[in-house]
Amino acid sequence: MADSIFRPFNPSDAERSDRSAGDRSRHRSKVRESIRENIADIIAEESIIGQNRDRIIKVPIRGIREYRFVYGDNTPGAAQGNGQSQQGQVVGKARGQQGQGEDKAGDQAGADYYETDVTLEELIEIMFEDLELPDLERKALRQVESFRIARRKGYRAVGIRIRLDKKRTARERARRMVATRKHREALGIERPRFPFHEDDLVYRHMVTDTRDESNAVVLCLMDTSGSMDTMKKYLARSFFFLLFQFICTKYQNVEIAFVAHHTEAKEVTEEEFFHKGESGGTFISSAYVKALEIIQARYHPSLWNVYTFHCSDGDNFDSDNPAALRAARELCDLCNLFGYGEIKPLGSRYYESSMLQIFRRLEADNFQTVLIERKEDIWQSFKAFLGKDRGARQPQA
Amino acid sequence: MADYALADLEAWDARIREQVAAFGLDCYPQEFEVCDHVQMLGYMAYSGMPSHYPHWSYGKGYEKLKTLYDHGVSGLPYEMVINSNPALAYLMRDNTLCLQILTIAHVYGHNDFFKNNFTFRSTRAEFTIGTFKAHADRVRRYIDTPGIGHDKVEGILDAAHALSLQCRRNLAVRKPTPEEERQRILEASQRPPDPFQAIHKREAAPEPDVRRTPLVPDEDLLLFVRDHNPFLAGWQKDLLTIVHEEAQYFIPQIETKIMNEGWASFWHKRILDSLELPQELQLEFIVRHNQVIRPIPGQINPYHLGLKLWEHIERVGDDPTPEERERLPAGRTGRDLLFETREVDRDASFIRRWLGERLMRDLDLIRYEPRGNDLVISEVSDEQGWGEVKQALLAGVGMGSVPVIRVLDADFGGSRMLLLEHVHDGRDLHLENAERTLGYVHRLWGREVALETVLGSKKTTLTFGERGFAAKAAT
Repeated sequence: MADSIFRPFNPSDAERSDRSAGDRSRHRSKVRESIRENIADIIAEESIIGQNRDRIIKVPIRGIREYRFVYGDNTPGAAQGNGQSQQGQVVGKARGQQGQGEDKAGDQAGADYYETDVTLEELIEIMFEDLELPDLERKALRQVESFRIARRKGYRAVGIRIRLDKKRTARERARRMVATRKHREALGIERPRFPFHEDDLVYRHMVTDTRDESNAVVLCLMDTSGSMDTMKKYLARSFFFLLFQFICTKYQNVEIAFVAHHTEAKEVTEEEFFHKGESGGTFISSAYVKALEIIQARYHPSLWNVYTFHCSDGDNFDSDNPAALRAARELCDLCNLFGYGEIKPLGSRYYESSMLQIFRRLEADNFQTVLIERKEDIWQSFKAFLGKDRGARQPQA
Repeated sequence: MADYALADLEAWDARIREQVAAFGLDCYPQEFEVCDHVQMLGYMAYSGMPSHYPHWSYGKGYEKLKTLYDHGVSGLPYEMVINSNPALAYLMRDNTLCLQILTIAHVYGHNDFFKNNFTFRSTRAEFTIGTFKAHADRVRRYIDTPGIGHDKVEGILDAAHALSLQCRRNLAVRKPTPEEERQRILEASQRPPDPFQAIHKREAAPEPDVRRTPLVPDEDLLLFVRDHNPFLAGWQKDLLTIVHEEAQYFIPQIETKIMNEGWASFWHKRILDSLELPQELQLEFIVRHNQVIRPIPGQINPYHLGLKLWEHIERVGDDPTPEERERLPAGRTGRDLLFETREVDRDASFIRRWLGERLMRDLDLIRYEPRGNDLVISEVSDEQGWGEVKQALLAGVGMGSVPVIRVLDADFGGSRMLLLEHVHDGRDLHLENAERTLGYVHRLWGREVALETVLGSKKTTLTFGERGFAAKAAT
């Protein structure tokens, strides 16, 4: 028998051997496609709201599975027992899905879905890929040079030592050596060494890159009166979450402010905003006035892009409605986009009063109302909210 | 880091090869490649092939393997051998010396099996690597061709992959050409001369229909579509051929999993026992060996079952019980039986011939079936039940886990509808999978397709056409 051949491990081969990279990215893009198709379902999952951006989340998706003709659920199988098998013993759970060719007393849960890991960051990117901000008028004054990066741009003959390009310098020297050879021969100069000359030195040239900064603030207003229960708050929170994440993808510097209100409004922290229950009645106007104050004090519209969204169950005191409408008009003038979301879990809609009617009278192009009844509505409402484009819908009246 | 140098491996390999020769194993020349775990994962994702055409499913496979590996759910195989001449095997760099020795011995077992088992005759081992390389080049060329591109190639490959195992299983039997089939049908329709012709008028013989396509039900789905869909372009036909040929290459491995792994385990044990390893290596070897061949309750471990059967065969040859002796051809030693069997059997025949009641009881083999939400043991290997258990085992080994689908008619109802038949053996098809896969058949065929099957003991016809999927139970 001939000798066997042993090929030793070759680290450089190993580095070059990421052969599956192309197929992985192809698979990855299919996963993204599938996520985009199911985005509404994924948003409805509570688990992603309020998570850290770097966190990896499991997203159930369909469609990346490979299908073949396989046997179904009524298929018996053979396996090895534990040594004391008896008729009638339970050895596992029946699967919805029979594995391919594996005699396995199924111990996996019915896996109708294929699960994949994506970071929240990536998910957000996918979600907002085809959404555009309707009214992206950046405020001129506030386009400040916010950060500098050094970028390489060509070569120069002068520079600081640390940017010396040794390879090019050596090449220059070689060039000079060849160019002057005849001359030196004519002169009969026989020198064993040919030192670097100052003219040989080549430096990398760096330029600084400046980027403009754009500012945006998201004002979250929420009704925290007694009628806002946990479910309603959760829906509101999901909406704010999407809005904030979306604004973050469009502006460099995004701030967020929370205003909670019942009969009077005050600015609160995020924690208080979502977790602290209040009680009592509702004056919506109080929140709007507070928002106006905040904008005047800290986020002047000439410097900031302001996005305001208000969530409530619409249960306002009748006497407050005119004031609320008036304040809303003012907000519309100041904000890029102002939205009102009425949260009415299914069924409660018919016996509670609604602000939607009142706000119908508000004819601002950058104002949008949405009605949220279920988790599944959130994504649709969100898209509708952003669909309100001030530019595209000029005077209709 | 590794506790050995390449020279160590070569020295051990030389000793192992002495034993291989002494035991009478007959191998292709062998090549080993030392690789790290990333390369190993890469080879695993592409079935061990040094070059393979691209498809997203391999990227998916790689990510799955990598995730499992990174999270420590599953380790990597100690080795990977591909059936080629010379045989190519990968050794993991990070393995200990003992594992490498075990692996090398194991590889020679597979190598011998590849070279000698009859199912592998059809795989043309000399050309394996070149063929896969040529396939890869062709697929890449189609991807790069303007007017074809990635998406179109993927569309065909997705569909072809879904159907790749819908093909003939026993490749050692030659497939008759359509012309031969026609001859056979015509000959069969000729009845023997009637001696009583003068007494009674003979009933008119039914004219055999030799125009239908296919003449006899055809299991090679991809080839059938390739040859009978006139609207496929050349590159589409070529892709179907490529996928079909690759599937054909792997079918012998699917068909002999238990024999092959058992054979390699049987010989690595023999070889290492005869090497007189130093004590510390010997101890590690015993541990590793037992990890590999341990029974796994709730599953069939092919290493375990295979090894037990080979040991059983050797024992029958060397020391038969009186009744075994009766059935045994005279003058065969255990060794003779071993080598004969590794040549002429596949998993199904191997188990059918050699797995008996006693061994099954020792292994505690069971038959389970779903009842409600549970899998329940329906039979154990006792006096009454072992036959049933064996049948269940046989039904699932090798290609037995793939339903048999045959083409009945390429022009059903005169409308170029493709009529398929599921050869029902008591196991129903998984409906969602059937729906999607039928969609793929439809994509390749371009016209409506229908599949006759049985669901819940009712004859059902599944169709997939322009308007999508429908299932209709016969009334």
